[in-house]
Amino acid sequence: MSFQVLVFYSFAAVLIFSALMVVTSKHSVKAALFLVLSFAAASGIWMLLEAEFLAISLIVVYVGAVMVLLLFVVMMLDVDYAALRQGFVSKLPVAAIVACGFFILLYSFINQGVFSDDRYQAPPPKPADYSNVKELGRVLYTEYLIAFETAAVILLVAIIAAIALTFRGRRSRKSQNIQKQLSANKQNRLKVLDIKPVIRQKSDESRPEEEHSKDSNLDSAESEATKSEKAESKSTGSDSSKGKPA
Amino acid sequence: MIELADYLLLSAILFAISVAGIIINRKNVITLLMCIELMLLAVNTNFIAFSHFLGNTTGQIFVFFILTVAAAEAAIGLAIIVVLFRNRSTIDVEQLNQLKG
Repeated sequence: MSFQVLVFYSFAAVLIFSALMVVTSKHSVKAALFLVLSFAAASGIWMLLEAEFLAISLIVVYVGAVMVLLLFVVMMLDVDYAALRQGFVSKLPVAAIVACGFFILLYSFINQGVFSDDRYQAPPPKPADYSNVKELGRVLYTEYLIAFETAAVILLVAIIAAIALTFRGRRSRKSQNIQKQLSANKQNRLKVLDIKPVIRQKSDESRPEEEHSKDSNLDSAESEATKSEKAESKSTGSDSSKGKPA
Repeated sequence: MIELADYLLLSAILFAISVAGIIINRKNVITLLMCIELMLLAVNTNFIAFSHFLGNTTGQIFVFFILTVAAAEAAIGLAIIVVLFRNRSTIDVEQLNQLKG
């Protein structure tokens, strides 16, 4: 029994110390790490209360997922934490008064003797083959099935919302842009290019014979036009004659 | 032997600390989120203590749902903080006065 008392008080001391450090630490990374410590201590206390499944899931879900997400965000944002602590000392007395008032209020309720040992007897320890997970699952999947499904939907909504809020990539939807469609006219949809036929240089004598004969099959009017142009291009140079439209 | 009142006192202390934290760190949104998590932890400890001392698992079911909702809240809250920081490049609550309602 005294071992349980020792475990309770040590975990409680760690929990309260780390909670104080979360509240008062200068840097948010430090605060997040102390929050991890306080969750671990709370998990120990829950384990003492024979809520094994919740203790483990507090470690897995909070320390493993939520706190990593929090640390990720704290380290990603380049925030001037010193500027955010302006007025820290001036708010301290107000905070202390409010916290003390709150605590005295709660303490006066707790210390009325309603929750004392003679009214709420500590239950005997559960046998070794008792499974907290089994018991919890039996209640969760029968009496609280609808609430369980709702929790699943809430998690789905959280996933979608977190992605939709922070998504920065290209939104590749195949949606119509009505404005763009209506403002389109013939000029920017269809463009007629005036392309002249490809002109080969006359000086290219080394090409095969059949290609030469194919060239001579072009219609006569065009070959007349090209002949004169070829002559012109031969005189000026060979670079401008390689089939460019005028 | 540890009484129920000891657990309740512990969570009362935790809750008072996190209330003080909300008042002190009113500028930093991330620390505010952490203080809310601490408050939820205090409440959950109360639930589990009552569940243990009354011999009823319903309190643990409640804690299960509170954990679920708190995880969703943390995810969405952090996403909002990231978007906020992209748009305003600050997370100071007192400078978030664009919506002059």
